[in-house]
Amino acid sequence: MTYLAKPKLHHPTLPTNRLGYTRRDYEGRVSTLCAGCGHDSISAAIIQACWELAIEPHKVAKLSGIGCSSKTPDYFLGSSHGFNTVHGRMPSVLTGANLANRDLLYLGVSGDGDSASIGFGQFAHSIRRGVNMVYIVENNGVYGLTKGQFSATADKGSKSKRGVVNTDESIDMVMVALQLGATFVARSFSGDKEQLIPLVKAAIEHKGSAFIDVISPCVAFNNHTGSTRSYDYVREHNEAVNRIDFFPGREAITTDYEPGSVKDVVQHDGSVLRLRKLHAEYDPSDRLKAMNYLLQQEAAGEIVTGLLYVNPESEDLHAHLNTADVALNRLGAKELCPGSAALEKINASLR
Amino acid sequence: MKPIAAVNDFVVKFANVNGSGSASANETFAKSILRHGVPISPRNIFPSNIQGLPTWFEVRVTEEGYLGRRGGIDMMVAMNPQTWDADVKELEPGGYLVYDSSKPMPKSKFRDDITVLGVPLTEICNATYTDSRQRQLFKNIMYVGALAALLDMDTEMIAGVIGDQYRGKEKLLKSNIHALQLGYDYAKNNLKCPIGLRVQKADKVGNKILVEGNAAAALGCVYGGASVCAWYPITPSSSLAEAFIKYCEKLRVDPVTGKNKFAIVQAEDELASIGIVVGAGWNGARSFTTTSGPGISLMQEFLGLAYFAEIPCTIIDVQRGGPSTGMPTRTQQSDVLSCAYASHGDTKHVLLFPEDPRECFEFSAAALDLADRLQTPIFVLTDLDIGMNQRLCEPFAWDDSHSYDRGKIMTAEELEAGKDFGRYLDVDGDGIPYRTLPATHPTKGGYFTRGTTRNAYAQYSEAGPDYMYNVQRLLRKFETAKELVPKPVVRKAGKATRFGIIYYGSTSPAMTECLDRLEEQGLHVDALRIKAFPFHESIIDFISEHDHVFVVEQNRDAQLRCLLVNEGAIDPAKLMPVLHYDGTPITARFIVAEISQRLSAFNVKPIKKGKAA
Ligand SMILES: Cc1ncc(C[n+]2csc(CCOP(=O)(O)OP(=O)(O)O)c2C)c(N)n1
Ligand code: SF4
Ligand SMILES: [Mg+2]
Repeated sequence: MTYLAKPKLHHPTLPTNRLGYTRRDYEGRVSTLCAGCGHDSISAAIIQACWELAIEPHKVAKLSGIGCSSKTPDYFLGSSHGFNTVHGRMPSVLTGANLANRDLLYLGVSGDGDSASIGFGQFAHSIRRGVNMVYIVENNGVYGLTKGQFSATADKGSKSKRGVVNTDESIDMVMVALQLGATFVARSFSGDKEQLIPLVKAAIEHKGSAFIDVISPCVAFNNHTGSTRSYDYVREHNEAVNRIDFFPGREAITTDYEPGSVKDVVQHDGSVLRLRKLHAEYDPSDRLKAMNYLLQQEAAGEIVTGLLYVNPESEDLHAHLNTADVALNRLGAKELCPGSAALEKINASLR
Repeated sequence: MKPIAAVNDFVVKFANVNGSGSASANETFAKSILRHGVPISPRNIFPSNIQGLPTWFEVRVTEEGYLGRRGGIDMMVAMNPQTWDADVKELEPGGYLVYDSSKPMPKSKFRDDITVLGVPLTEICNATYTDSRQRQLFKNIMYVGALAALLDMDTEMIAGVIGDQYRGKEKLLKSNIHALQLGYDYAKNNLKCPIGLRVQKADKVGNKILVEGNAAAALGCVYGGASVCAWYPITPSSSLAEAFIKYCEKLRVDPVTGKNKFAIVQAEDELASIGIVVGAGWNGARSFTTTSGPGISLMQEFLGLAYFAEIPCTIIDVQRGGPSTGMPTRTQQSDVLSCAYASHGDTKHVLLFPEDPRECFEFSAAALDLADRLQTPIFVLTDLDIGMNQRLCEPFAWDDSHSYDRGKIMTAEELEAGKDFGRYLDVDGDGIPYRTLPATHPTKGGYFTRGTTRNAYAQYSEAGPDYMYNVQRLLRKFETAKELVPKPVVRKAGKATRFGIIYYGSTSPAMTECLDRLEEQGLHVDALRIKAFPFHESIIDFISEHDHVFVVEQNRDAQLRCLLVNEGAIDPAKLMPVLHYDGTPITARFIVAEISQRLSAFNVKPIKKGKAA
């Protein structure tokens, strides 16, 4: 762990984007997460996406809740303002920030505990209000920061490190986002940067509430052992390691697979995620079809990844509220205060 | 029993069925008295139901301008059969009962010691109107007409109020005036008019206005520059948010573009409303929420974050009876402690206590300035009595030369010039650091806001000294606040005295009356009205200058007294609580009785006027 800023040694040969920034200019502090944590790969994807799109770093506001995932905004876009709010309540803070200044890019980063458990309500309401934001859930199915309890996205039947079986239904965030009217809905895998980076870029370009559920294995506590997804042998092999309170550094899991294909991804604990990448011809403009498809594949034990739904004609909360084009935080007394003459009229009406 | 005789000094109570259209007629009655130049103090008493249930409206007619609730009813307009018995019982001996005499009532339903005045309202209405809604509705204005005759009021004044109300709606105006006249004529022709209670023209209203505290606070937020509001409906604060919407639509829509210079969100709960307000405050917009006790409970975690992360935001708490959902439609001052120390950890918050709508306006606007200046949550603690009742007060005033105090915000130019930016660094010794707004500068001044410990440069730190530096600085900031918040006001007794009274908020009008009564009785007590927390030095001085100080409050646990003892390191024995908390507004009668009794224990006895002590 370090609290020191990373030295930014600009190599003269480092490529720059349209604004003249190198990829380095989009980085943040050194991550304090476990080596190999999926969340770090997502941060890297965000950095890459912002750099490629030549976003002005300071025009981004990064907001998060509480959790390992919610710590990550410190690890990218170091010149942007960030706000590590309270557990499960990032969406409301982001909404308020967005209302105050409509000109920035609002990046909400959250975890599955943060958004599907304690913050399920705020997640839902920010989506249904159509807040213009990129909302990323770094979904590992557990509470990483508090050491491995189940979150609400943990699969029914999976076993925690302590051997407790999860008997609750799991929440599929993507399904919920679709139902609530998110106008951009995608799912990806932290280790699949070929897929994730373009998705983050597309979400940034989208005007409206863009939601990305990113499956992001936790190297310390990810113990999903749902029957359809487990490699018993590997899991048994791993148990010894997991029982000690020490997480050896591991390689982040990466994957790369063709559109339309299915890929089994082995997690650190040996459990397996069966990802189905949408094929190139998949039409993401039909919300109903997207929901049906998700349900179908889920029944087959597959997790669909890719851009599931996008509505290019989306509207955002500012449009609904008919707010001024100029950011509210730039208005002063001249614009906001009706003045004493108007007040006299009000006084007169109250006599 | 002799009927009560009083000119410009009596209490009329209307007992109605909720949703029967009586509210506007009752208000017409109240406003008409004002037009006679006679001050009034109206109060709604309503249960938390919408239709078909009892609701009362009490008007204190008071030439002397005592706007607190008086207690006791001199005239009852009993329009609700359901509450008849209790309503009749509540009348003072010698009082007057006005009722709809269309149906005969058994004698047992009345009292011998009151004057009964029957007006066959239903009968007249049925004879005049065919439409059933009109039959119901016009009954209300008709009894106002009867009251005008009974109380010797000038019907022109009433017609004037109705005229303002229905300006541009000729048909409605005419039919209302007609109904008014029908009631008036009936009383004139069939009852002995006027009765012992009279309204007589006076000149005691001046240019005062009659307005609800909630509307006033909402207007204060408009004038104070709030551009983001998030709220969740809860009585008695909802009408504040609704008034903000109304005023914004009138005053804050750009005439050229038709676009709104405001954003209002009805959130999904109070956690979200305070979250939205914190987000907007963090991002440099003036923002506020309004709620009541249960909402304050839900906001606790965020309030701690806002305190520690130093986010400007304004919370207007219209207090009601607690705990829990308590008495949602009754008044109390019972959130003082839960606001002062809201949240986990070591926290303290700035509280403002307006006494009436005029101060609701002023303090709400001031709260927005203070929030920016102090970078912290500011609470405006009003209550149902001020918030949901129309109160006569000084007209609103605004100085056009006042520019908003945005506090310490470091600009791009300053950053560019190399000015040192430490988000939590105390550079001026007042405990208030500089902040930057998001997107100020491409490479400088960005920082990560967190609710966990950080050093003066906003970098994550768990080091004890960094934590200590921060929380000690927050205390210095709180010290700075003492000089910035509204100062207390003192009213000296006629003679030097070792007794004092401290009070705040909606107790004010009852206290003014109480102090007059005590003074008349030769009971000399100095009084101090607290307008804000943290407590100014002069409050502590006032306490030390007196041997005994009564602290008058509308809650069970003497919450402000706790705060005084705790924050002013005051000997608890010195502060004697005088507490009223049954959900009704405190009265001068109550305070006078309590204080004279306590004073007699100190061997201080009332004297008849003019006699030596
Ligand atoms: C009100 C509140 N309750 C509990 C906590 C403790 N807590 C911190 S993080 C966390 C769970 C985080 O899980 P998730 O959002 O999935 O993030 P991850 O660490 O898995 O990335 C909990 C319960 C808290 N910070 N605040
Ligand atoms: S505990 Fe899990 S989620 Fe947290 S940093 Fe470690 S690997 Fe990542
Ligand atoms: Mg998690």
